[in-house]
Amino acid sequence: MNIFYSVCLVLVILSMLGLLYRVWKGPSIPDRLIALDAIGVMLISAIALLSILFDTPFFIDVILLIAIMSFIGTVSFSKFIERGEIIERGSDR
Amino acid sequence: MKTNDVILQTTTKVVFFIIFLFSIHIFFAGHYTPGGGFVGGLLTTGAIVLLLLAFDLKTVQLALPFNFTVVTAIGLLLALGTAAGAIVFDVPFFTHAFDYFELPLFGKTSLHTAMLFDSGVYLVVVGSAITIIQSIGGDD
Repeated sequence: MNIFYSVCLVLVILSMLGLLYRVWKGPSIPDRLIALDAIGVMLISAIALLSILFDTPFFIDVILLIAIMSFIGTVSFSKFIERGEIIERGSDR
Repeated sequence: MKTNDVILQTTTKVVFFIIFLFSIHIFFAGHYTPGGGFVGGLLTTGAIVLLLLAFDLKTVQLALPFNFTVVTAIGLLLALGTAAGAIVFDVPFFTHAFDYFELPLFGKTSLHTAMLFDSGVYLVVVGSAITIIQSIGGDD
């Protein structure tokens, strides 16, 4: 069964390499942003597989933490792309 | 430019409490599992940053009416007070104490003064990080 998880880890790392190619090559900034967000998801699955391989439950917190931080980072960067400022000063609505 | 971000604001109203509860969990679990005051404080900062992203600076200051420099000062005072409280009991500086108590709802619980020190660290991290973000992000 360990071989199965190792193969899965290799596949996840290969897809991360493909996403890194998109980050490097991506013609527009949103391409790079979505690739970085997907790299976050791949990192989550890689850490889940590593926590199975190392046989420890302590990496579960790290998974949730990376998910939260990836979400906040993607939201802030897309807000920067859309409006040019991340945190608005006052309400103009 | 008037933009419509209903989806972001509605998602934030749900996700904020999930992140905040997770930060509380990671703060209290820090004694036996990975976590502690620093990561808990950073996660709480992340939750407040999500509020700042979805709404704006004025609304968040209205919702959380704390002066975050005062929060930093209270955290430093708590940590220093926990460390200095050991002197009262005639033991060296920073000596911690723990014991087991029968609490009404939790049953047999071990209470440790390192938790008070950790909550000081938590308040310092939240206060300083939010102060940095508010003073940088509030610039025009």
